[in-house]
This record gives sequence, C-alpha cells and structure tokens, in this order.
Amino acid sequence: MHMLNNHSIEHHLMAANHRQAVLNRERLTGWQVLCINVMSSPGAGKTALLQHTLRSLQPRYRMAVLEGDMTTQLDADRLATLNIPVVPITTGRCCHLDSRMVASGLTLLAEQAEPCDLDLLWVENVGNLVCPAEFEVGEHLKLAVLSVTEGDDKPLKYPVMFREADAVVISKIDLLPYLPVRLDVIRRHVRQINPHCAVFAVSALSGDGMDSWFAWIAAQQQALTAQRRPQPQLQATR
Amino acid sequence: MHEVDMTRCLIHALEQWRVAQPATPRIRTIHLLVGDFTCVEPGQLVFTFAAATQGTWLAGASLAIESVPLQARCLACGEVYQPDPTRGYASPCCAHPMDEIVSGRELKIKRIDC
Repeated sequence: MHMLNNHSIEHHLMAANHRQAVLNRERLTGWQVLCINVMSSPGAGKTALLQHTLRSLQPRYRMAVLEGDMTTQLDADRLATLNIPVVPITTGRCCHLDSRMVASGLTLLAEQAEPCDLDLLWVENVGNLVCPAEFEVGEHLKLAVLSVTEGDDKPLKYPVMFREADAVVISKIDLLPYLPVRLDVIRRHVRQINPHCAVFAVSALSGDGMDSWFAWIAAQQQALTAQRRPQPQLQATR
Repeated sequence: MHEVDMTRCLIHALEQWRVAQPATPRIRTIHLLVGDFTCVEPGQLVFTFAAATQGTWLAGASLAIESVPLQARCLACGEVYQPDPTRGYASPCCAHPMDEIVSGRELKIKRIDC
C-alpha cells in the first residue's frame, strides 16, 4: 500500500501575485512615485474623480495614470485630454488588475515618460467591488470610491473592499438632495468595518469636499518623499 | 471569476513546491484554509482547479477547503466575537468598530497529501 505522505506547508495562496506586487512597489518607491489604486463598482465615478483631481493638482504635481478597463479604452481616452501620460491596460475578460498586468503597465509607462520625474501614479482598477480587493498590485495606498446613488449598505455588502481601503471617497454628493440616502449612515457603515481609513465626501461636478481630499493626497505624497512610507492600513491576519 | 486567477496562483505555488521535491509527487489532496472574510467562493475554486489541472501532473488531485470563521477582538473590552454581516461588524458587547481581525482573512495552502 502506498504510504500517505503529508507535507505541511504554510504557503499563502496569493504568494505569486504578492511577490510581483512587492517588486512593483519597490520600483515605484525607487522612483519616489506615490501609487494609489482606485477601486469601486462600475459607474461610481472613478474616472470623474480622477479627471477633477488631475485637473486640480496638475499645477502642483506631475502625474500619470494606469487605466484598467475590461475591453475598451474609453476611460483612457477621457483622461488623455488632460495631456498627462495615460497607459491603458485592457484586461480582456479579467475583472480586476493584478500585479503582473501593472508590472507591464509600469514598463510601458517608463517608455512614455521619465518615471523619476513623476510624483503620483493613479491606477484606475476595473469597476468591481469584489475581486480587486484581493489582488494587490504594488500600490502604496488603496482608495475605495462609493457613490451615494449606490445606497448606504454597500460597505456592509462588500466589506473586504472597505476593510482593505486606506481611504474611502464618497462621491456624487451633489445628488444627495434627490436620494433617500444619508451621508452619516454611509460613514457609520464604513467606520464599523474600517475605523482607521480616511473618509471624504465629494462631488466631482461641483467640487464640494475636494479640498480635504487634496490635502490628504498631499500629506501622503509628502510622507513618501520624506522617505517615510505612507501609513499602511491595519493589516488583517494573513 | 477571480477564482481563475487564484487557481493560477495556487498552481504556481504547487509547481514551486514540486521542483523542491526529489521526484514529481502524485498529489492526492491539497488542504487549503480559506477565511470567511475573503472574496473567495470555495465551490468556484474547486471547480476551476479541476478544470485547470486536467491533463497536467496535478490531474486528479482534489482540493479540501477548510473555512475559517471571521473573528474580531473588541478593543474596548478584549472579547473575541464573530461579526455577523446581517447585524453589522461592530462588537455586540461594546459596539466598538471591527478593529483587530483575529481570523477570517486566511488564504493558505496548509498541507499536501501525496
């Protein structure tokens, strides 16, 4: 009879993705480029938030975008009018970016621009509140965007995403007067799951709330260039 | 369907383990620990693993998935509790937000039976 051999190995399932993410982060840190991974459901306003943020911060920072999109380059085209480097990453049928795709994106970026001249790199992930939460891409910080039109229960329904986030931007607050949704309830639900993340309520249309969002970005960027790593989010047991 | 990419990561890890072995082992069962506070659907993982390993050295190997409950420690009183997604994540004892997660984020290969 064949002997049963048990091999006890403590190996993280996502180790392959994690290893590449570490390499990406080292590369970005070496360039002194703060990388923020922007995640949300489809239509929450990631691209609108980026358009407003890029336009407003352009006089202050040199920025670039890695634009993840499943099949089109529509979002990349929207951002390209701002005259900053935008590298589209078409994921095909894949519902999230992974560290391997972002590694290729970084290589393409380095061909388009001198990365050491950049201050900020935005990674716009594929619209999805589930999968991107488990795939780190080498970012320094994770941002979850939640629009008020999605309802106040989304943090409770997609808790891993909101737990992983270093910051949450509640978007489209200009629509609040028309909705049976309360900002304080959204905040409370986010806080229940993640008491430490920064939370901002903004409108990319009116510009409301953008100042404190910009101040947070500035503080994080400064933390990186001062050789202090941005405060990582409290990590769950892995 | 991110389980497809997770399966790819799993197969990659198993291949790395294989090259460290004296001969290609015939794996019977791979034991995984999957926390309840992850985005992994165990049934999907089993299905995609079986599909992805057909005709490879891993064909016939089965996945045994052990779920790990989400547990958090209330930082107000120290009690360990199981957050209930339908009632919220704050601690039932002190209504403290879910701060320290004790278990539930595991995504691990625990053991391989050959």
